Amino acid sequence: MIYQGKQKIWSEYQKEIPDDHWFYVRSCIRQSFFPASEKMFLEILRKRLGKDVYETPHHTTCGGIAYHSEAIPQETVMTIIARQFALMTEAGYENYVCSCITSFGLYTEVMEDWRNFPELEAKIRENLWKATRREFKIPACLAHASDLIYKFRNAIAEQAKFRLVNKATGEPLRVVEHIGCHYAKMFPSKGVGGAEYPYVLAGMVESWGGEVIDYPERRHCCGFGFRQYLVRANRGYSLSNTHKKFESMEPFKPDMIITNCPGCPYFLDRWQYVIAEQTGKTYGGNGYGIPVFTYEEVAGLVLGYDPWDLGLQTHQVAVEPLLDKMGVPYKPEDKYKGLNGKQLQRPELPMNIKCC
Amino acid sequence: MIDFGYGLTPSATLRIENVQNPLFEELHRREPDVVKCISCGSCTASCSAGCFTEMSLRRVILSLQRGREKEILPMLQHCMLCGKCQLVCPRGINTRHLILSIGKVYGLADQKEEVRP
Amino acid sequence: MSENVVVIGGGPAGIEASRRLRDLGYTPILIEKEPVLGGHLARWDRLFPDGVEAHTVLDPMLQDLDGIKYFTDTTISSINRLKDTWVVKLSNGLSAQVRAILLSTGFDLFKAEKKEEYGYGIYERVITNAELEDWFKAGAAPQFDGVHTIGFVHCVGSRDEKAGNRQCSKVCCVTAVKQACEFKEKYPEVTVYCFYMDLRMFGRKFEDLYLKAQKEHGVRFVRGRVSEVSEDIDGHLFVKAEDTLFGKPLKIKMDMLVLMCGMAPADGTSELARMVSIPVGEDGFLVPASIVGAPCVAPRDGIFFAGTSTGPKTIPETLGEASAAALAIDRYLKTPARR
Repeated sequence: MIYQGKQKIWSEYQKEIPDDHWFYVRSCIRQSFFPASEKMFLEILRKRLGKDVYETPHHTTCGGIAYHSEAIPQETVMTIIARQFALMTEAGYENYVCSCITSFGLYTEVMEDWRNFPELEAKIRENLWKATRREFKIPACLAHASDLIYKFRNAIAEQAKFRLVNKATGEPLRVVEHIGCHYAKMFPSKGVGGAEYPYVLAGMVESWGGEVIDYPERRHCCGFGFRQYLVRANRGYSLSNTHKKFESMEPFKPDMIITNCPGCPYFLDRWQYVIAEQTGKTYGGNGYGIPVFTYEEVAGLVLGYDPWDLGLQTHQVAVEPLLDKMGVPYKPEDKYKGLNGKQLQRPELPMNIKCC
Repeated sequence: MIDFGYGLTPSATLRIENVQNPLFEELHRREPDVVKCISCGSCTASCSAGCFTEMSLRRVILSLQRGREKEILPMLQHCMLCGKCQLVCPRGINTRHLILSIGKVYGLADQKEEVRP
Repeated sequence: MSENVVVIGGGPAGIEASRRLRDLGYTPILIEKEPVLGGHLARWDRLFPDGVEAHTVLDPMLQDLDGIKYFTDTTISSINRLKDTWVVKLSNGLSAQVRAILLSTGFDLFKAEKKEEYGYGIYERVITNAELEDWFKAGAAPQFDGVHTIGFVHCVGSRDEKAGNRQCSKVCCVTAVKQACEFKEKYPEVTVYCFYMDLRMFGRKFEDLYLKAQKEHGVRFVRGRVSEVSEDIDGHLFVKAEDTLFGKPLKIKMDMLVLMCGMAPADGTSELARMVSIPVGEDGFLVPASIVGAPCVAPRDGIFFAGTSTGPKTIPETLGEASAAALAIDRYLKTPARR
């Protein structure tokens, strides 16, 4: 591997990311999958970095899941997106940042469509006006939330309490970075570092002390798909994609996986359990899985937040082996305590994959 | 093991770099011209059996090269050795002889001979 | 005193045209931006279809430069029209006033790093056709340990709209087959794959070379474009393509991959075209008055073409065109009161 070759590509795919004043929209599913991630994003930007990030309870889904499952037509999804943009415009913002990769890809695609087919944009404006009496401006900048954490990665590193370094050996942790397909595969120029060698997560990993692993199936989809997962009979196909990735990364002995998509970390995490229960195979060493994180969770760990406040107990694959490597303190007895400090029910343990 | 109602799908991807292919090597020894095939499909297009069955000599040759003989050997049962493929082959491959050799090397019907790879 | 003619580009086309112009009684002024004459031919080891050594073609040309004024390490600063002449200013401070200019500016090898998915410049074991020639020329063995399987990727930056080159580069198919045969001659135990979209064996004896690759060397041809290259933990490559004849995706572990970089318009050609107000095609190559009937003549008085400045060509085609261009210039200069 010639590192300078990647640096050259990265230097060609830099995107303008404004420093401040953002209109933030959440993902439909991340709050239940990774309950503290979006909260952590806001916490870091507002409290740690003093940025202005605006949120409104009036925003809805972008329509992505329904669109990609062919449940609603494109015109409908465009009108939903137009309404989101109207909320931004009404709030006096022009920089739009979204938490979800599906949304990011869809916004990028819709904006590109409108650029190429102005008559379509005009029609959507009319639809929105008829339906809601709202008007909108197209965002001056569209960013994914990971773009912002990437932009501020060094500021986060300055405040770091822990680094992505094995405390016992002093070696950098070996990190698999997995980028959501719709981040840059459709529009490489819209992603930090492009589509073949994305830098958005690699930059965070480097900045926080880890070492990025480039394994053969790095570019492969996690297998989430939409229709492919929603129907149970199709899930084997989704599972097989994840399995392919794990088989490919296994020789590199990764310590952790960092992701920037709602679906990927969920499936990379949960399918490890399914693979273990079906084949008996685990990938993390000593019968554990490879812990999978969102970039906000990793940022939170680096900044010294309590792992249980970051919601890491909701992961299927136990995160404790990684916490031990990083030297992050945690209380095992608090793992399943509620906010009120009372013990919640403990989850049933799987047979073939070790969970603490 | 838990039955989830779904499971891993075997990969359809061909992996050919590590395929030891002694049978094809033996075929190649007997029929050096087999590697001259350019997959033009003339043989398949004019095949007497190909109109009514799966038979495609082009596919047979390619599949043998890829080590996928199981999938295609039954096709050869349909060959009537009429020689039309030999007539049209632009590379001059002796296709009738090739088909007979495939039978011997790969053990088609009762034609299998002792193979010493 | 004989009349000067400016020839821009000192590759095979420029040298050959200069020699022919000199034979016809003119004084060619040959301008080359590189430190040596010879263009890509000076770098190449052997030539298809018979494997003659490139220097056996180039050396006699370079030994026959009497009567040709040539300047290496020199570029064109400006060209201006003055009545029926062109005033050409060179980067070395000299200038020439001539009635005819020959643009033999050649081609650039497609920059392989533009095809990001092939990992050139990132994965050590991915090299280009030109680098393989360097190895052959130096007589050096592959610098990687344990080379058991190698692949040639045809059409890198050719027939590729997204990479900005829609054209077929014409010579890469036969070059790949030539290099595959050479590799097998040096390392018979290595398994060699060629990944192609179409095999365009258009020239005399090219098909014979293909047959030789198949029959004598057992080169394995896979019809499918390589879509992605990656690296495993030991630095070996994984190559993905579809075996389109088989109808299934294919993944092969390789020890080395050679990218057949195609011909892209030479850097600077469009700038020269602008200086003499002639059109550049959509593909970036220069546009002759008639691509069939007058391939050496520009649609502008006193401007002529030879070689790959007007599109991909083989060496013999280039040399033939260079002679034709010299004759076209001679005819132009001898025709009185041409307007």
